[in-house]
Amino acid sequence: MQEIKRKYVIPGDKIIEGNFRPLMNVMRTGNSVVATRIGIAETGRDGIKVIPLSGVYIPRVNDIVIGKITDHSSLSWEVDINSCFSAHLPAQDIFGRDFSPARDDMNRQLATGDLITARIVAFDRTRDPMLTVQDKDLGKIPRGELLKISATRVPRLIGKRGSMIQTIEQATQTRIMIGQNGIIVVTGKRLDGTQLAIRAIKMVEEEAHMSNLTQRIKTLLNVSDSPQTDVQVNQLPENQKDSNLKVEGSESEMEIGQ
Amino acid sequence: MTQTRNLIDEKGIRTDGRTADELRKIKIEVGVVKNADGSAYIEFGNNKIIVAVYGPREVHPKHMALPDRCVLRCRYHMSPFSTDTRKNPAPSRREVEISKVIRESLEPALMLADYPRAAIDVFVEVLQADGGSRCAGITAASVALADAGINMRDIVTACAAGKVDERIVLDINDTEDKEGGADMPVAYLPHLNQITLLQLDGILSSEQFNECLDKALNGCKSIYEIQRLALMKKYFGSESEEIREEQ
Repeated sequence: MQEIKRKYVIPGDKIIEGNFRPLMNVMRTGNSVVATRIGIAETGRDGIKVIPLSGVYIPRVNDIVIGKITDHSSLSWEVDINSCFSAHLPAQDIFGRDFSPARDDMNRQLATGDLITARIVAFDRTRDPMLTVQDKDLGKIPRGELLKISATRVPRLIGKRGSMIQTIEQATQTRIMIGQNGIIVVTGKRLDGTQLAIRAIKMVEEEAHMSNLTQRIKTLLNVSDSPQTDVQVNQLPENQKDSNLKVEGSESEMEIGQ
Repeated sequence: MTQTRNLIDEKGIRTDGRTADELRKIKIEVGVVKNADGSAYIEFGNNKIIVAVYGPREVHPKHMALPDRCVLRCRYHMSPFSTDTRKNPAPSRREVEISKVIRESLEPALMLADYPRAAIDVFVEVLQADGGSRCAGITAASVALADAGINMRDIVTACAAGKVDERIVLDINDTEDKEGGADMPVAYLPHLNQITLLQLDGILSSEQFNECLDKALNGCKSIYEIQRLALMKKYFGSESEEIREEQ
């Protein structure tokens, strides 16, 4: 285990002096590394980064996002991914290489207003993000309750190795899809379970920076502290538990204030 | 400029009871506008200002977008009820100019090249004005920008100094601005030790100018501590105090 030092910073704060590698949301000024955003500075062996606590979603390659189809041209769909850049999903991604704009009706596959889960395949300074749905668990979302949270709260909602989201899913008997862009879809068989899950997610968003949040979520959901919870009737199969969506996010997880 | 009364009495006390080096009472609150990406409310003496920041977001109209960096747009506006006589809500010449100087004083602190083809909108709404509202606006705007999570090199802090009754004083209020000798607003990056705005209305000798600048920069440094505390309080709550001590 490498030693990690944490510090609360605001833009302009000096994190450390010396020849360290700047990783994320930091810059070098002279001989020191300075934070450029509000957040928690982490000094590890591989370098220095600031985990931001606020801000809009900026796309990154390989992020799994949930987006809404807003329009389509003859060759691609335009997707709103809750960012300042609108994404494109090429028609060939769904119809295959023999796609013909004259023959295939794009509206039949994805109409304006449809929700999709997609992965960002390409994005840089010069072009808008390009999406793909050719992967496990990606594609059109048929039903569910949609809600938005700040993209910076997504790692907290997922928790360490998906602990937080699994607690909510099991206690409310719902399935929760989380996009890295802060868009969430909750599906469940029962309305009260879905509503409880939404309340829990909103609580995580509002109180993300506070300590013992997991405990408070468990109190809200009426879950006992033991690892085996008492309400686990309609559990999802194991392969769905380790879905792509959750693994992607958990790499930058954090437990603030602990 | 004709003076009808003394603005500083024989004990060195100014019209609002302050000494020459004293700032007005400052209160900053972060995150007051829920719909905005970042926001701040500042009370700077009798000034009351709300700042809301939106972005980075899509640029409309699209032709305004820049291929290599973000567009920063600022709007300084005084509400009709902010002054003793009604202020026409249409943007005046003065407001257009202040919008420009606020934008130019914030730009050096922002890393706009991180968000190409996007826009950041800053709305500075003056609810009550009492002299020095551009400085208070800049101070609150940079807190709101930090709250919006935009990459910044430093926090911008602003404060005015000026000449009243041939004496250099810090943080000019409305009466001193209108009846005094000179007013010099300064915006400053405290960590980088750089000045991003320096205006001067009035006449100062070079010694007076240096004294005025020193006073304004000291004022900026005090205001920075208030900005910092406000941000820390919003994001790290009561724990922020302990962490500060550790640092």
